[in-house]
Order: sequence, then structure tokens, then C-alpha cells
Amino acid sequence: MKFRTLGRHIKEGAKNTWRNGWMTVASVGAVTTTLILVGVFLVLMLNLNHIADELEQDVQIKALVSLTTEEEDISTIEENIENIRGIDEIEFLTKEEELANLVESFGEQGQAWELYEQDNPLNDVFVISATDPQDTERIAQEIEGIDHIDRVNYGQEYVDTLFQFNNYARNVGLVLIVALVFTAIFLISNTIKITILARKKEIGIMKLVGATNSFIRLPFFVEGLLLGILGSLVPIGIILGGYYYLTQNLVVFQEFNFIKILPFFPFALQVAAIIIGIGATIGVWGSLMSVRKFLKV
Amino acid sequence: MIEMKDVYMTYPNGVVALNGINVKIKQGEFVYIVGPSGAGKSTFTKMLFREEIPTKGTVTVNHTDTTKLKWREVPHFRRNVGVVFQDFRLLPKLTVYENIAFALEVIEVAPKQIRERVLQVLDQVGLKNKARFIPDELSGGEQQRVTIARAIVNKPSLLIADEPTGNLDPETSWGIMKILEDINASGTTVLMATHSKEIVNTIKKRVIAIEDGVIVRDEHRGEYGYEI
Repeated sequence: MKFRTLGRHIKEGAKNTWRNGWMTVASVGAVTTTLILVGVFLVLMLNLNHIADELEQDVQIKALVSLTTEEEDISTIEENIENIRGIDEIEFLTKEEELANLVESFGEQGQAWELYEQDNPLNDVFVISATDPQDTERIAQEIEGIDHIDRVNYGQEYVDTLFQFNNYARNVGLVLIVALVFTAIFLISNTIKITILARKKEIGIMKLVGATNSFIRLPFFVEGLLLGILGSLVPIGIILGGYYYLTQNLVVFQEFNFIKILPFFPFALQVAAIIIGIGATIGVWGSLMSVRKFLKV
Repeated sequence: MIEMKDVYMTYPNGVVALNGINVKIKQGEFVYIVGPSGAGKSTFTKMLFREEIPTKGTVTVNHTDTTKLKWREVPHFRRNVGVVFQDFRLLPKLTVYENIAFALEVIEVAPKQIRERVLQVLDQVGLKNKARFIPDELSGGEQQRVTIARAIVNKPSLLIADEPTGNLDPETSWGIMKILEDINASGTTVLMATHSKEIVNTIKKRVIAIEDGVIVRDEHRGEYGYEI
């Protein structure tokens, strides 16, 4: 193909897109629906993964020392813990310090806890962090086996649940998205079929006078591409706008201030690029199917 | 220029269209293909622009064996063959000029050359003053002249006309024949499938008669030979 005729193909493709009217609207609508869902899922998945990763970094093991433990045993326990492989830091907190922390963490409402200063129900604790968060579970189990350790708490369970939820949501999302992608491809290929049938005569003449196969096909690829890209405009607008709003306003809700979502830039733009890429692929794929089936050149 | 060797053609539905054709046509010849309807004339002409390929045998046009042409080579092969049909096949929304230019645009000829060539062929078929008309505003004879112009605008060495006068009254037909003869005189091989006894018997040329898929007669300056 010569570069000069590229303009002709684009013009032809655009003209066909316009002429197909409602079929174009239907195809673009299908792509739009698909891509909005793709976008929302992408944003949700990537952020949940990000949050889970962050939480995992913060996971600490709290080993509760049993109340009956004598003071001299504390150092033995500490030594035993230190001997475990993969330990990054150990901190010992007396039950008084724990209570102080608790009171502080509740702020003004924490005053209620001050009553317990007389009869502290808390345990002395070792706060341990692992070098590699993946080792947390193993380390926790080993610590549990040490004498005078009552109980071991660690946040890994929550992180695991989050990861599990994430996987589940991703599978459901993938099935939905794949189904929608195929619907969109089907609609686009139907739209292009209409164009091909409407231009049968023209195509016949083109073949007769020796137009190359790629020359005959290109306008239909342009049409498919246009349908795909048109369909990605609204989703990109929604994702960019919505995510910007989220990044600006999420901090306002104090309850969510532990969640650190990915920053708007470059994340939202990357998602936008993925959306337009998927839109274009759907469009070209749809036209490819029609061209193969109805355009024997 | 054209050579068919033991050409057999059976359509997928079982119809045998050609049943052993052997023929040679030299560059610059003018040949009538005659015969009853369904004898295989159309299939014969379709072989020459590779609309069909034989189930057996070889078809050579301009030293190209059409049976060995690759799919992507077909377009370039067709640029050397002009085709005219009984039913014109013009694009109704384009003007006469645009219809002819279309044939050059889609094979990516430079715009300046397109203009030059289109005006030239319009002159050749006598339609210079109708360039801006759309096909519906023309008579049948004029429309057929447009399709001839479109077929020769790329200067093919072979022009195939499948019953070019089939839809035209006798008087108009003579005008079309005059144009085809002129094209032939400039060196282009012309192959014309026809049912017109009057034309074949008046403008004497080589006549190839096909019946039931075989050549039953091949005469220089022949007669039509069928009663209508």
C-alpha cells in the first residue's frame, strides 16, 4: 500500500462508520460497556493488590507472654526467639507499655482504659517482624512452640483473606469481561458485515480492475478500529474522572486513612492506555472476522 | 498470448462447464465466442481473468499460468486484463468521470496520471461531454461505453467482453462494435462472447463456437452459424 492512499482508507472507514448509524451506536455501546467494566475491575484489582502488598509489609507478630512467667525467664524467651531464622526485629513491651499504647491509640475515648491501670489484664508481649513477610506464618508457628508463650497473633490471616477475595473477584471479573468482549466483537463484526454487503458492487469492481487485497480490506479495518476507539472514549473519561475524584477525596474519610491507593499519575493514564488498547483490539478483531467471512479476496 | 491446454471445469455443484478445451489466441486478435446458452462461454471467459481456475488443465494468459497464480498475485495479473459485462456494473452514485477514475484510484495510480488517462479514454469512447453525468442519466449504449472506458483505462493487453451488446438495440450495438474494433486496432486482443448473429456475420472475425463445454468450430472470418 502506498502512503498516499492511507488518507483514502481512513476517509472510507470513517464514512462507513457514519453511514451504519444505529449499528455503529450498538457496537460502540457494547465496547463502551465492556471497557467501563474492564476499567473498574482493573482499578479495583490493581489497588487491592497494592493494598494487600502494603499491609503485608506491615505485618507484625505479637507473641503474648503468659501471665505466670517469672521475670528472669523473659530473657530466655527472647534468646529463643532470636534463634529463629528470618527475624528482623524484636521488641519487648511490658503490659504497662501495652496499656499505654492502647490508651493512646484510642485518643480521647482511650481514657476509659485508664481504669485498668490498677488491674492490668494485658500480657507482656514480644513484637516481632520478619525479614521476609512470606515467612511470617512459619515464624509465628515456631514462636508458639516456645515455653511461656501463651498465644501468637499476626495479621497474616487478614492479608490472606484479602488476597483470596482479590483472586475470587478477579475470576468473576474475568469471566464477565471475556463474555462482554465477545459480545462486542460479534456486534462489530456484524456492523462491518453490513458495510461489506452494502459495498458488494464496489468491491466486485475493485477486484475486477486489480485492486490489491489489502487495499480492499483496509477501510474495513479502519472502521473496526474506529468503532473500538470510539467505544473507549467514555470509559476512559469515567476512569480518569472517577479516579481523580477518589484520589482527591478518599483522605477525607478518616475511616479509610489506612488505605493508600495508587497515585493518580501515572496509574490512571496506564489504565487509560490499556482500555484504549483493548478497545482497538476488539475493533480490529471484529472487522477481521467479518472480512474473513464475507470478503473473499 | 492466450493458451488453454486440456481445460476441464466442473463446478462444485457437479455442473460440467468445460470438457477439454484446447485453444491458442495470438496477441492482437479479435475473437468471437459463440454458442448456445449454457454451453460454457461465460466459464471460458472467466478463465481468462482468473475468476475461475480449471479443475484440470492449464490456462496461460500473457505468459502467466493462472492455475499457478498465488492469491496475492491475482490483482496484479488482472491489471493487464480489461473486462466488460452485459450489465455494465457501474457505481450509480459516481459520475462517468469518477467511475472510470475509480478503476485507477484503487490500483493506486498517481492523481495527475489518473486525470490524464481518464480524459483520454473518455475521448476514445466519445463521452467527453458526458463526464459529469451519473450513469442513470445516460442511455444503455452510453453506459456500456463507460464500462469499456473503465476496462481499457489501465491499457490492458487483453479486453474481454461478455455479451457487451446483449442489452442494447442493434443501432447502438454498432457503435459499441466500432469502439471495440478501434481498441483492437491499437493492438489490444479482444475476446467477445456474443449471441448476435448480425454482428458476427457482418464484422467478420475469428469465431470459436463452444457447445457442451467443447470447441466445435474454430474458423477465421467465420459465421455465427446458429439460427436464433
